[in-house]
Amino acid sequence: MAFILFAVCGFLGGILGGMGMGGGTALIPLLTIFCGVQQNVAQGLNLLSFLPMSLFALTVHAKNGLLVKDKIWWIVLPALVFSVLGSLCAAFLPARALRSGFGVFLIVLSFTRFAAARKMQLKKQRSD
Amino acid sequence: MRKNIKLLGGGALTGAANGLFGGGGGMIAVPVLEKSGMGALFAHATAIAVILPVCLVSGAIYLWFVPIPVSQLLPVALGMTAGGILGARLLPAVSAAGVTYLFALFMLAAGVRMLF
Repeated sequence: MAFILFAVCGFLGGILGGMGMGGGTALIPLLTIFCGVQQNVAQGLNLLSFLPMSLFALTVHAKNGLLVKDKIWWIVLPALVFSVLGSLCAAFLPARALRSGFGVFLIVLSFTRFAAARKMQLKKQRSD
Repeated sequence: MRKNIKLLGGGALTGAANGLFGGGGGMIAVPVLEKSGMGALFAHATAIAVILPVCLVSGAIYLWFVPIPVSQLLPVALGMTAGGILGARLLPAVSAAGVTYLFALFMLAAGVRMLF
């Protein structure tokens, strides 16, 4: 039963993740709120599950001609360096503090997403 | 040159958030890529390519320091891969604004719930 619950959470996060819309930001709260997983474990589960999922999603996107390689290293290299620092912080922070920090991060991201959705809607109305 | 510096800064922020919060870096990478002149669909797809190596490095560090049960990793990874294939196929077809609104609402609710 637990297997199915975890798989369903993964599936829901995967749908958003495959669209490049932040699967992890869906999966992590699903795991902590509905499955009782500790914050840093949920984060690790997301990072590792993302690996096979993204390989398949990238194959689909490559076929659709949606991948742009131009200048990609300008963003990937600093991201790699800073992700090491971030991961080490997460590994040693207490789960409780990490959970609250994640809550703030989600709230901030939700505002940027509301703004993005509004922009998409306006653009679509203009083109209709 | 200024565009490249913005990419560097955006990349640093993407990596730091993705490492610290174990996800969400893609949601920073997408607007950074869009600002560099990429169309929305291209930015969403390319952000996954940006995040993949970052998750590989962060995932290895988490695996080293955090006890992650295989009994949980297996179903989550299987479910996520199946969902990911579906999501990638849906991307060119869905109403991006509708999905984004719904998801923003979910994030706001989950964020508030996690504060307490």
